[in-house]
Amino acid sequence: MSMPHDGTSAPPAVAVRMTAIVKRFGPVTANRGASLLVPAGEIHAVVGENGAGKSTLMHILAGLYEPDAGSVEVEGRDVTGWTTREAIAAGVGMVHQHFMLVPTLTVAENVVLGREPRRGLAVDMALAQEQVVALGRQFGLTVDPRRRVADLSVGEAQRVEILKALLRGARILILDEPTAVLSPPETRELWRVLRRLQEGGATTILITHKLDEVMEISSALTVMRHGESTARLTTSETSPAAIARAMVGRDVVLGTGSGTGDRSPAGARDAMAGGRVHALEVQNLVIATPTRERAVDGVTFGIDPGEIFGIAGVEGNGQTELVEAIAGLRHVSSGTVLLGDRDLTRASVRERTDAGLAHIPEDRHRRGLVLDFPVADNLILGLQHRFSRRGRLDREAIGAQAARQVADFDIRPPDAARPARALSGGNQQKVVIAREMGRAYRVLLAAQPTRGVDVGAIEFIHERLRAARAEGKAVLLVSAELPEILALADRIAVMYRGRLAAILDRRDATTERLGALMTGASAADVLPA
Amino acid sequence: MTAPAAPSSAAPTGARRARTAMAESLLPPIVALLIALVAGDLLILAFGQSPAAVFGLLLEGTWGNAYGFGQVLYKATTLICTGLAVALGLRAGLFNIGAEGQMVVGAFAAALVGMWLPGGTPALLAVPLAIAAALVAGGGAGWVPGVLKARFGAHEVIVTIMLNFIILALVNWIVAAHLRVPETLHTPEIQAGRVARLSTVVPAFHGSAANFTIVAALAAAAFVWWYLFRSRPGFDLRAAGLQPDAAEYGGVRVGRVWIRTLALSGALAGLGGINFVLGYKHYYEEGVTGGFGFLGIAVALVGRNHPLGVVLAAFFFATLSQGGLAINALVPKQFVEVLQGVVILAVAAAVPEVRRVVRLGVGGSGERT
Repeated sequence: MSMPHDGTSAPPAVAVRMTAIVKRFGPVTANRGASLLVPAGEIHAVVGENGAGKSTLMHILAGLYEPDAGSVEVEGRDVTGWTTREAIAAGVGMVHQHFMLVPTLTVAENVVLGREPRRGLAVDMALAQEQVVALGRQFGLTVDPRRRVADLSVGEAQRVEILKALLRGARILILDEPTAVLSPPETRELWRVLRRLQEGGATTILITHKLDEVMEISSALTVMRHGESTARLTTSETSPAAIARAMVGRDVVLGTGSGTGDRSPAGARDAMAGGRVHALEVQNLVIATPTRERAVDGVTFGIDPGEIFGIAGVEGNGQTELVEAIAGLRHVSSGTVLLGDRDLTRASVRERTDAGLAHIPEDRHRRGLVLDFPVADNLILGLQHRFSRRGRLDREAIGAQAARQVADFDIRPPDAARPARALSGGNQQKVVIAREMGRAYRVLLAAQPTRGVDVGAIEFIHERLRAARAEGKAVLLVSAELPEILALADRIAVMYRGRLAAILDRRDATTERLGALMTGASAADVLPA
Repeated sequence: MTAPAAPSSAAPTGARRARTAMAESLLPPIVALLIALVAGDLLILAFGQSPAAVFGLLLEGTWGNAYGFGQVLYKATTLICTGLAVALGLRAGLFNIGAEGQMVVGAFAAALVGMWLPGGTPALLAVPLAIAAALVAGGGAGWVPGVLKARFGAHEVIVTIMLNFIILALVNWIVAAHLRVPETLHTPEIQAGRVARLSTVVPAFHGSAANFTIVAALAAAAFVWWYLFRSRPGFDLRAAGLQPDAAEYGGVRVGRVWIRTLALSGALAGLGGINFVLGYKHYYEEGVTGGFGFLGIAVALVGRNHPLGVVLAAFFFATLSQGGLAINALVPKQFVEVLQGVVILAVAAAVPEVRRVVRLGVGGSGERT
């Protein structure tokens, strides 16, 4: 697993050349003449909206799909239509968005799976662990080989995936949205590893939605749209706005600016908050879980009508539990949840919905959608009782509602009979948002509302959240993306180990301060006296 | 997700997609049937017989004459009920192995009501009463594992299997110790609540056990269809079966769905019990189910958990069961059991529901309430 180009032979100039790739899935054409050129040793980003064909193109490169037309060259060799086995043997490794690890096995066992070092008939576990440690040291991928994968954080699990690819001799590494699940520090750690791999001569191809990441880590990028490669840009010579334009085919308002231009009218907000009853109030909330003592440990805050209250923090610090408790999906150990002046601490999900609570859950595949239900049925999930009479579903009303919302929220394809599973990530999220924000509500819980959706959909969702604020809704926004929080929130709390480390006004919040609070600094250290 | 929107399931028009879905649901059973036919041919040849002769005899003895067809109708009636019971559970992600026991208590309860009612009770009163008793008894037997699962996370597969033994032992003891007619192993004949044979209307069925319980079974299938696809509890049930977390998010109390579904499932199996007691022998005896509670699992599987599919599959298995008697002269009647086994295996390998339920079973779905 030493890196191949250690000076004895000149590295081939081109690591990957894909030309005029066409790939159809039944009636859908995922790639229509896409191309990709990646010089050896480059960190190359592939960007594009959901459904632009990025993953398909990468799956062809990794040997998972065979292209219908076009050619694939790796290090100068024509490998069109190869198998995954051949791809791995030739040093092409892919780290999938959803990890392919066995949770009950240890790190070392996972890494050597399928090529275990043997001593006689037994697996030489000591040697396996040594290999993992040595490889990890070489590339700065530190992770204890004896730990069980189930106990690892997402960032660590990803490192194990990369180690797996490296152990199999990968020198062209494909990463499918690697940062979608990482916290900012973990992301920085990943960049460090990628640079180190680059120094060793490895080529990295990175699928991502996030333009700031493209700017930070890549040396060049390919933009895809509608299955075609629309631009190949050198990172140092382009800008996020130019990339976004190439992705969407039009100008996009990026929400990462100062955030001062789009605040709610102060007068409206003050007027609405006049009664001093918060729209949503959480008092001293404590949630004990079986695994950890207290996932949420005494959280108190209030959100006014016409306010977006942001909660930043590294994932796994209790945000999920907090939101689920407010939504009625998790048992509260002590404390109170008030909607207006109504105590909902022990209320059922349905009672909360009827009291005016809307909830965009962080995991749309697990919680937010029944993937095998048609879009129309997903649009009434949680509202079944409003769309039925005496136990009988009102199919006519459900159909009418679906037609309206598919149009209002531009859900594509506009076919409400299609199962939610068949939609792209961005359109799935639009279904959730249409359902939750397309009805009368007072308080919105928006947990990671733009996770894994493309730039166009992010823009759409941010617009909706701002509009909700302007209409006087109270919004709780939980996001792992600091730029998102900074762009939208009026006040920002940082959650650390189950507590709110601090609540900052937007004008006092900077990336540096929030970053420090997210990693455990105290409010006193960070805030001006 | 940047994956190209699950393209394999994407089709341009609703009509075309409906056709695709239809093909997807019909193909596995048909392929399974063909595999079973080939396996059956080989087996028949191994016995030194002609497949054409054996299958000809099988069809002649079942659909070829009124008596044989009547017997098929009779057996299909029970299988529709137990098949629906299992299918309904599977739609909710529950594997009800207890149809056998639920059918036994249903049959027993119907027999008790029939025994206790005075002989002159009009059928219009006695039959509904006996049916209600079967539904309540079977439903109760299903309700227990539902509550145990929702409250304590006890896995329904284990509980329903164990309840089968308990119910069978208990009921058979009651009959043997207290209710049986001397020199026999069955209860006295019921005087009230008998369901008429079909032969009272169509004389050609004379001698067969076919009776009007088939109407109740078909009505039950129609009801299950309506319940699953047109009612709010059915919406909740299917959501809970596909994605319990999403159902919970959607305000569905998944534990209650489990209890409700297993109770309803038990009631359907209990309904199967009246076929023998009210429609055929008019008494309860050990072994009334003939294993049709367990065969209901195969019926649900081959019928792809759809009420219409269950009805068709019930007729298929009833034909095999009756046909086994007809071909006994040429090959051992166990031949049809081999055929059944091949069909079940082939369908099980092809049906995604099976994989999902197996996954749920291994992962222990009992922890969510």
